[in-house]
Amino acid sequence: MASKENVILEVKDLKKHFHIGKQVVQAVDGVTFDVIRGETLGLVGESGCGKSTIGRTLIRLYEATSGSVKFNDQDVYKLKGKGLNQFNQKMQMIFQDPYASLNPRMKVLDIIAEGIDIHGLAKGEERRRRVVELLEVVGLNAEHADRFAHEFSGGQRQRIGIARALALEPDFIIADEPISALDVSIQAQVVNLMKKLQKERGLTYLFIAHDLSMVKYISDRIGVMYLGNLVELSDSDSLYDEPLHPYTQALLSAVPVPDPEVSRTRERIILEGDVPSPINPPSGCRFRTRCPHVMDICAQEVPEWKEARPKHWVACHLYNEDK
Amino acid sequence: MTKVLDVKDLHVSFNTFNGEVQAVRGVTFDVTKGETVAIVGESGCGKSVTSQTIMRLIPNPPGFIKEGQIVFEGQDLAQYSEKQMEKVRGNDIAMIFQDPMTSLNPTMTVGRQITEGLIQHQNMSKQEAHEKAIEMLRLVGIPSPESRIKQYPHQFSGGMRQRAMIAIALACQPKLLIADEPTTALDVTIQAQIIDLMKDLQNKIDTSIILITHDLGVVADIADRVVVMYAGKVIETGKLDEIFYQPKHPYTWGLLASMPRLDQDDNTELLPIPGSPPNLLNPPPGCPFAARCPHAMKVCTEQMPETTEVSTTHQVACWLDHPLAPDVKPPAGAVRGE
Amino acid sequence: MNTSEKLSPDLFKPAQLDSSEGEQIRKESVSYWQDVIRRFRTNIGAIVGLSIIILFIVMSFVGPYMNSYDISTQNYDIQNLESFSGDHYFGTDKFGRDLWTRAWYGAKISLLIAFLAAFLDVTIGVTYGGVSGYYGGRVDNIMQRFLEILYSIPNLIIIILMLLVFEPGIIPIALALSITGWVPMARIVRAQMMKLKSQEYVLAARTLGASTYRIMTKHLIPNVMGPIIVAVTFAIPSAIFFEAFLSFIGLGLRPPGASLGVLLNDGNKLLQIYPYQLFWPALIISLIMLSFNLLGDGLRDALDPKMRK
Repeated sequence: MASKENVILEVKDLKKHFHIGKQVVQAVDGVTFDVIRGETLGLVGESGCGKSTIGRTLIRLYEATSGSVKFNDQDVYKLKGKGLNQFNQKMQMIFQDPYASLNPRMKVLDIIAEGIDIHGLAKGEERRRRVVELLEVVGLNAEHADRFAHEFSGGQRQRIGIARALALEPDFIIADEPISALDVSIQAQVVNLMKKLQKERGLTYLFIAHDLSMVKYISDRIGVMYLGNLVELSDSDSLYDEPLHPYTQALLSAVPVPDPEVSRTRERIILEGDVPSPINPPSGCRFRTRCPHVMDICAQEVPEWKEARPKHWVACHLYNEDK
Repeated sequence: MTKVLDVKDLHVSFNTFNGEVQAVRGVTFDVTKGETVAIVGESGCGKSVTSQTIMRLIPNPPGFIKEGQIVFEGQDLAQYSEKQMEKVRGNDIAMIFQDPMTSLNPTMTVGRQITEGLIQHQNMSKQEAHEKAIEMLRLVGIPSPESRIKQYPHQFSGGMRQRAMIAIALACQPKLLIADEPTTALDVTIQAQIIDLMKDLQNKIDTSIILITHDLGVVADIADRVVVMYAGKVIETGKLDEIFYQPKHPYTWGLLASMPRLDQDDNTELLPIPGSPPNLLNPPPGCPFAARCPHAMKVCTEQMPETTEVSTTHQVACWLDHPLAPDVKPPAGAVRGE
Repeated sequence: MNTSEKLSPDLFKPAQLDSSEGEQIRKESVSYWQDVIRRFRTNIGAIVGLSIIILFIVMSFVGPYMNSYDISTQNYDIQNLESFSGDHYFGTDKFGRDLWTRAWYGAKISLLIAFLAAFLDVTIGVTYGGVSGYYGGRVDNIMQRFLEILYSIPNLIIIILMLLVFEPGIIPIALALSITGWVPMARIVRAQMMKLKSQEYVLAARTLGASTYRIMTKHLIPNVMGPIIVAVTFAIPSAIFFEAFLSFIGLGLRPPGASLGVLLNDGNKLLQIYPYQLFWPALIISLIMLSFNLLGDGLRDALDPKMRK
């Protein structure tokens, strides 16, 4: 992959299992990837595939079961004191639900300034000045600072959430389905804002979503997840032009295209059945129960995570002989 | 072509603490036999209220039909009593909802939920209804329906539940099926299954469908005709291809241009629609889209444009269609095909 | 098209629209609490309830001084006077004590006990429920089991035992009432905490590095205030009722002290001869209970608009 110094985040064999009673939910089960400074890495998959769990585990909302995460060459799970403080400033998160992500009892001023307050970065006039500046960055204005969250529309709230994340001048932002709760016309507002901020501030994004077309639009590289595993990772163009994993192929073909002519002519791969439960996932390759190209080996061996094409990683037995 | 449903100048309002919210403000459209009409628009545009009003499911108070007619097979449903509606619901008009988790009764077997309507509306015996229910489950692609029929909704997966919902809705062979965001809560691969199923079913049983959705991708897949709503009004209607290839209203352009497409280069910048929809507590006097429209003229802020015909099947409510208006081209992102 | 033919071409010039206008919010800024007050005001029942409560609180302080009698002076010349005889507005009891004075004084004691018990409920319940709900897992498990054990002992037995050990007075009665009274409060707070702690704004605060203390005080407590207030308004009348019940069975305040329960007990004995001796304290206690319930309903609707209709 890319040269070492450009890697901002290094994830190795990350696992996150949840214990529910006596059962173990293998939400994320051995995921390895790097994020390069300044890029947007998209993470897609269907509900329950573990993409949100990855985001929350990276930012330490959840404790990892095993594996390592290095952020700016420091082991995230060993951080304490000053290092942790620094980490809390440099890595931020944008949440999915614009209605649940802002405290209904707080003014916008206090919501955005929360990080500033926690880390004691500014007080009084200076604090207000910074918040107003952030509001303007996200297309709102000083007049909005003294209002409460419920007075804003969904798109405006999401921009307030972005302003809060920007307050600590982070390097890396995890965006967990930041647009899926918004209307189409508003989605584009938020995505364009995120693109603009990335250009101006050199931000790195981990963009988690289930909407493939939006992920493809914003991401430089895309990782596809299925049932707690990363099944494919590559440039967004080559992922679209030459999807290797059968799941990616099905996913791409299932996305509805807003063009009747295309809908009428294209061939769709319709997957049979549903996603199995992460409590008791299938042996070997987890996708084998729905895979149109299933082979004997798929049930016996877990496919290796390998670079099947240059910079195009996949975990599938179909590409064994390519090596 | 016989009209199954003809909605004429429908107005629906809600009395709230802050005053009257005019959720639907003069909606006119029709559905002919066997066709799929998609009503598209953003949240709060009145598309769901319209569909629920057709079923007369709007709680009164606070909601009420202010004006207009809902003509279904020559009868005005707007005048029907609750008793009369009970005979229509589930029998002549059926509905499927967005969330299959909450729209099935968790304490009843799936089979009971299908047979209930059959026994009530079609005077079937228990045995007949049971057989019909198995047939319906098979029709919607649920494997081994004989054993599935005895199961409860929680034993079904999300996609299976939506299939069961469709089976319940279609059991009485309704003349009209209203599908309110039927695929929104589902994952992409399951969504594809359900869309496929709906297309397939429509070929088999000649039901008319009203599809309520915000997803233009789903619309392109199954609709014959499209009704675009904005702020409680219909701003453009037309055949599927007319809406996608010759859109006339700047809002339709905006919708098409703000969606990224998988099959397109990422270099085409997305064009968001600035601002947000107007407050329906106090809607603007002119065109509701004027405040967000890049081509707004003086007249737009003062008067609501009348609906004009682009072709016999394509109508638009926009002042740009007026002979005095300047010639405006849609933005690049809104142009499809070639 | 007829009307539009008459439109002047002038109208078809581009309009000068400020694109930032879409971001304007015209409505006045209202905080959550302002909104609550606005909703509360429209509820007539709740307003009536609140007015009666305020009136009774004022009367419980002022009432005893509205005539010249005190609560304990006995005067055998004026035993069992009818209501409205002279300035004995409610009459006198069998010892010739002024019932008006005793009723309002009793109301004050009852309210005092109730408020004290409610205060203890809130303090213990919020702390216990908050800790249990916020930390969850094993801590929660142990704390909940303890709570269940405590709650499974009939509270009347605990209260009676307590009052046998301590001299009945305002503080022991209030303590006895809250010894199990905080349990429902702890449960409400725990349930709310469980719900709120996974809300995205709490997660957001955690990703910003907020301390547990900050999350509790800035994010969780302010958002459970609504249900707490409602629970308190329903806890007060039940404390008043329980106090009356204890006094009624002879475990309450000792004479000549008075609470509404003591007065009810006294009045009950002479019910067939002098019914007014029961009527007035009964009326006061009923109105207090009714008012608190009306207020509680109104507050619940105002604090949580989703619960309405």
